[in-house]
Amino acid sequence: MAVATGPRGIGVAALRKEDSRFLTGRGRYVDDIKLPGMLHMAVVRSQYAHADIKGIDTSAARAMPGVTAVLTGDDLEFAAGVPCGSNPTGDMVQPPRPPLAKGRVRHVGEPIAVVIAADRYAARDAADAVVVDYAPLPAVLGVDAALADDAPRIHAELDSNVGLVLTTKTDGIDAAFAKADVVVKQTIRNQRLIHVPMETRGIVADWNQASDDMTVYSSTQIPHFLRTFLAIVCGVSEAKVRAIAPDVGGGFGAKLNTYAEEFIAAAASRKVGAPVKWIEDRSEAMLATCHGRAQDAHVELAATSDGKVLGMRVHYVQDYGSYLQLLTPLISQLTMLMAPGAYAIPEIDVKVTNVYTNTVPTDALRGAGRPEAAHAIERMMDILANELGISRTEVRKRNFPAEWPFTSAVGLAYDSGDYEKTLDKLLELSDDQETFERRREEAAARGKLLGRGLSTWVEICGFAPSDVTHAIGLTPGGWESSTVRIHPTGKVTVITGTSPHGQGHATSWSQIIETELGVPFDDVEVIHGDTAFAPYGLGTYGSRSLAVGGTAVQLAAGKVRDKARQVAAQMLEASVDDLEFDGGAFSVKGSPDKQATIQEVAFRAWQAFDMPEGVTPGLDETVFFDPPNCTFPFGAHGCEVEVDRDTGKVEITGYIAVDDCGNVVNPMIVSGQVHGGVAHGIGQALYEGVVYSAEGQLQTATLVDYIIPSAVEVPHIETHRTVTPSPTNPLGVKGIGEAGTIAASPAVVSAVCHAIGVRDLDMPLQPETVWNAMQKGGAA
Amino acid sequence: MKSVTMTVNGTSRTAEIEPRTLLVHLLRERLNLTGTHVGCDTSNCGACTVWLDGAAVKSCTVLAVQADGCEVTTIEGISSNGDLHPMQQAFHENHALQCGYCTPGMVMAAVKLLERNPSPTDEEIRHGLEGNLCRCTGYENIVAAVRAASGVMV
Repeated sequence: MAVATGPRGIGVAALRKEDSRFLTGRGRYVDDIKLPGMLHMAVVRSQYAHADIKGIDTSAARAMPGVTAVLTGDDLEFAAGVPCGSNPTGDMVQPPRPPLAKGRVRHVGEPIAVVIAADRYAARDAADAVVVDYAPLPAVLGVDAALADDAPRIHAELDSNVGLVLTTKTDGIDAAFAKADVVVKQTIRNQRLIHVPMETRGIVADWNQASDDMTVYSSTQIPHFLRTFLAIVCGVSEAKVRAIAPDVGGGFGAKLNTYAEEFIAAAASRKVGAPVKWIEDRSEAMLATCHGRAQDAHVELAATSDGKVLGMRVHYVQDYGSYLQLLTPLISQLTMLMAPGAYAIPEIDVKVTNVYTNTVPTDALRGAGRPEAAHAIERMMDILANELGISRTEVRKRNFPAEWPFTSAVGLAYDSGDYEKTLDKLLELSDDQETFERRREEAAARGKLLGRGLSTWVEICGFAPSDVTHAIGLTPGGWESSTVRIHPTGKVTVITGTSPHGQGHATSWSQIIETELGVPFDDVEVIHGDTAFAPYGLGTYGSRSLAVGGTAVQLAAGKVRDKARQVAAQMLEASVDDLEFDGGAFSVKGSPDKQATIQEVAFRAWQAFDMPEGVTPGLDETVFFDPPNCTFPFGAHGCEVEVDRDTGKVEITGYIAVDDCGNVVNPMIVSGQVHGGVAHGIGQALYEGVVYSAEGQLQTATLVDYIIPSAVEVPHIETHRTVTPSPTNPLGVKGIGEAGTIAASPAVVSAVCHAIGVRDLDMPLQPETVWNAMQKGGAA
Repeated sequence: MKSVTMTVNGTSRTAEIEPRTLLVHLLRERLNLTGTHVGCDTSNCGACTVWLDGAAVKSCTVLAVQADGCEVTTIEGISSNGDLHPMQQAFHENHALQCGYCTPGMVMAAVKLLERNPSPTDEEIRHGLEGNLCRCTGYENIVAAVRAASGVMV
């Protein structure tokens, strides 16, 4: 296939301009950065889930070859603790969390001390030689134990292990349950997961004593937040801090955070007077980077006999882990907001109980609260359908919103949608009932149980109007920024506040510029991830970058075009109103040969002679965009599985995704996001799950024990789309990064339950779980 | 300390190293070949895949001293004269990479897969790459890229 060289504006499957450096081994990830005189940091981590630290003996470590320093919580001063930027009620007590433990540790893996040494081997050796004297305390594992009356308390600042309770309720909920023909009840569990981006976290912190400023390279999704919090926690001027996200090897929410090690490395660099590098090993990533999910939903649906849901009661119990990370309280809050999913459920009663345990803190993981909500409501719709003997597709259709715009019982105004259209498309693409039943019989003859399932998902993304982020208790707003600059030679620099880690922003943003300014795709360079260049940006997460950051690019380009029009009018001796802009050139209406290209205009704006009255030199505009609403992408996913009758092993034999993310800038990238998201959701459904021992030791602390899917476990994924533009941004886009993950876990579980004839199963559906369910009376 | 000499991407290289030094650390930290990545430390993810005397190996579980006298090829050594290797080109044209972190190891493993089996089925491609993990792509386009490359490389 030849590389596309033709027009590559919005809507074209342009090949990515990022690829070349990655393909040839010239990417620049944090661990690829070497600074002169750089030292290496290794972290001494708690061996206990809950303990008092009686003493730390660093003498042996200090004496080891190559060791520059061994630093404990007494050696490094911080102006603040590890930050949390979410306080849903405004008065939530947020327990303190020093970057290096002081006196007590609350999960296995919590940082206690660091070694700074000449190379990573020496640093690790010395870290192993640090002797910590622990007085173990009883560990609290699991939310039930944490909620028990006599549970040991994890944080002295709180009366119990409950960190926060959130509720929302409509007036008619009791009446809805009173008049229901049927009530179905189930506990739906989202097990604890680990993100596993292929690149772990890493930091190079360079405190320059001569200039008294600091440059920190970090594998992060949020370099601007990092700069702000480095300044606050390390007690330095934000104007003296530069944060850089170089190439980032995946994030999935794990790097939507600011971590103890970032502050420790920065403070250590200041202390030892040399650049300090810390690269997390994989086991550390599992012990010290946030986890995700860990939420149980106790759900009741009240419905009529023909499947119309009248009310939903749900109690979510969220395991926070031991501390609050940057956005920990937000995650279950998002679950609450999306509780009713894609359905017009008129009455609702939601309670969220958030609980501390002696485990790794939980926070955003691809979907961040919305997969939890979608999994629970989607499983419940299946359970209701089966209870009433209505098909799983029909029960959904009977509860889709009938009118748009739609406001859910929780009070969210969904931007646009057509849920029946995606579901109908999925049904068109799937086997009809007769064909499926025939294939089911054929499979049975081979000892396989064929089943199929679906989900009709919706999520909230495009975060977010700053009035909304404020209203839900987030510290930062939800806007995004971009600068668009046309150089005198006609080439374009786009600077974006978003910070990609695989999403292909350089490509998509270039496509927006080609459409808006007529400047060829190849003439556009995109800068991101460096706070020294970029206007403040909130980063890349929550499927927000295109809807918010892409819109900022589009609006900045529009501002450049508006200014260029004035300069062009002067050049062409015409009135601004008489100019047309097409194909990258201004021309005078009726005199098409009288024209000036945008590049010619840029040159003239740089020369800046004979400028129109009041027009300043140059074509260089910055826009901050605060969206008027969130976006609500949606879709219908179908999954087919074969379950081995003898072993319970599940094989996915077909997967069809029909998604609607509004308008599409690059269909190739959109499909790629769906593929990756679905694989992640399949991982949750079938393979992944954190296991802790009763003492709080993480038993899934390597990729030997924590299974993420390989190419063998992930099936061919068929992707299709419908297009329902979002009215909340001029691009009409919604977001697609998390869609597959949200959709896949309920679709897979739906299919396995269908195959073996059970009501529900707790993920992951490893063979033992499925086999046991079959023995207990599945249809096998 | 121990002296090791090996041919890396066609050039003879010698280094004085601690005997425990892993091949991946020799490549990355001493020879500045940072295209080979570390993803897991336990030989599960394959981000560190290089060729050792023509075979794909996970360089995070090979001691550099084991490679003494051997020929090592890394991702930096497979394209020539500025042209991408057909597998690299196929990865680009099929959008088989997102964050790029697994990509060098995936490409190195995929080339060897096609050497062993020049016309694999999709299932054979999937099994051939099961030692290389990717968290971004869902493997869909990686399989497509290897399939496309199989038509070019044979």
